Amino acid sequence: MRPLAVLASRVRYEEKRIFAALERRGVPYTHLDTRRFSVELGGGTTGPSCAAALNREISHSRALYASMLLEARGVATVNRSDVIAVCGDKLRTSLALERAGVPSPRTAVALSPDEGADAAERMGFPVVLKPLAGSWGRLVAAARDRDSAEALLEHRAALPSPLQHIVYLQEFVDKPGRDIRVIVAGDQVVGATYRYSDGWRTNAARGARSEPCPLVPDLVAPALAAARAVGGGVLGVDLVEGQDGPLVLEVNHAVEFQGFQAAHGDAVDVADAIVAYAVAAAERNEEALENEDALEEAR
Amino acid sequence: MSQTCPECEGPVELAEPVRLSEIAQCADCSSELEVVGLDPVALALAPEIEEDWGE
Repeated sequence: MRPLAVLASRVRYEEKRIFAALERRGVPYTHLDTRRFSVELGGGTTGPSCAAALNREISHSRALYASMLLEARGVATVNRSDVIAVCGDKLRTSLALERAGVPSPRTAVALSPDEGADAAERMGFPVVLKPLAGSWGRLVAAARDRDSAEALLEHRAALPSPLQHIVYLQEFVDKPGRDIRVIVAGDQVVGATYRYSDGWRTNAARGARSEPCPLVPDLVAPALAAARAVGGGVLGVDLVEGQDGPLVLEVNHAVEFQGFQAAHGDAVDVADAIVAYAVAAAERNEEALENEDALEEAR
Repeated sequence: MSQTCPECEGPVELAEPVRLSEIAQCADCSSELEVVGLDPVALALAPEIEEDWGE
């Protein structure tokens, strides 16, 4: 098999664990820093020769276009560009979840900050304002009344990016001081953790504490449905416990798992599960290419 | 492996094997550092977080 490419401009705990898992399995791989990645379009032969690419790029833009460019050259990608495009945009994610009937918090979108306050009022306070793109709970804010919503939206309107002027609102789910992260690889659930925080934002990047969470059917079903809804792959599905069951908040295409791994210890090996999924994708792709070559020769 | 922080010249410990593009933090000044060379190992200030970064 040709090598697996691991795309990453930042090698963190997760990427080091993935490199180690590849080495333990004896899988040939190359680390490709996306900041030094370019290809020529129009039949040029530049670009890496690899069986598959495991995309761990931290920049959404670079991750999206790297997968897109590699797919155009017949490389299997984990995750695929269409999945990254959906997961990297909260509205696209919400629409995918809605289409698939996956339970998620009530959501509204206003196409200007001026309309945002009215949309928030109709939804009912408190509401959560989230940027369409971005991660780690950055620029996510709770508005508890119209005055605070208007103040937040005024700040949003002053930001230069037009994308920040699209107002994405969600009902404030009164969660029990925690949310749930489920890691999915294909149609398998790798594991789940509770993420506890003293604040209402329970992102691990904001210092939330992770503890193992039992994989009960009521959790596994919406997590797998959410993963399928966005197109599948290696994904981190975030859920909150609503009054009538888990609600899917978002799906992450470049899942971080340092806190998750620490919570599970030796009971779960996230990096190895990711590698196993990527290797299977690479083997399928190599087999498909061999079949295509054989057909071409037969002609 | 011990290296020197390019910002404050404090000691920075790197776990073996050291990887290119690996991120480390200086315990003295808290600067986030990136491994930009392996032979010899070289550190530089890591890029600032950008708007589209995340998981």
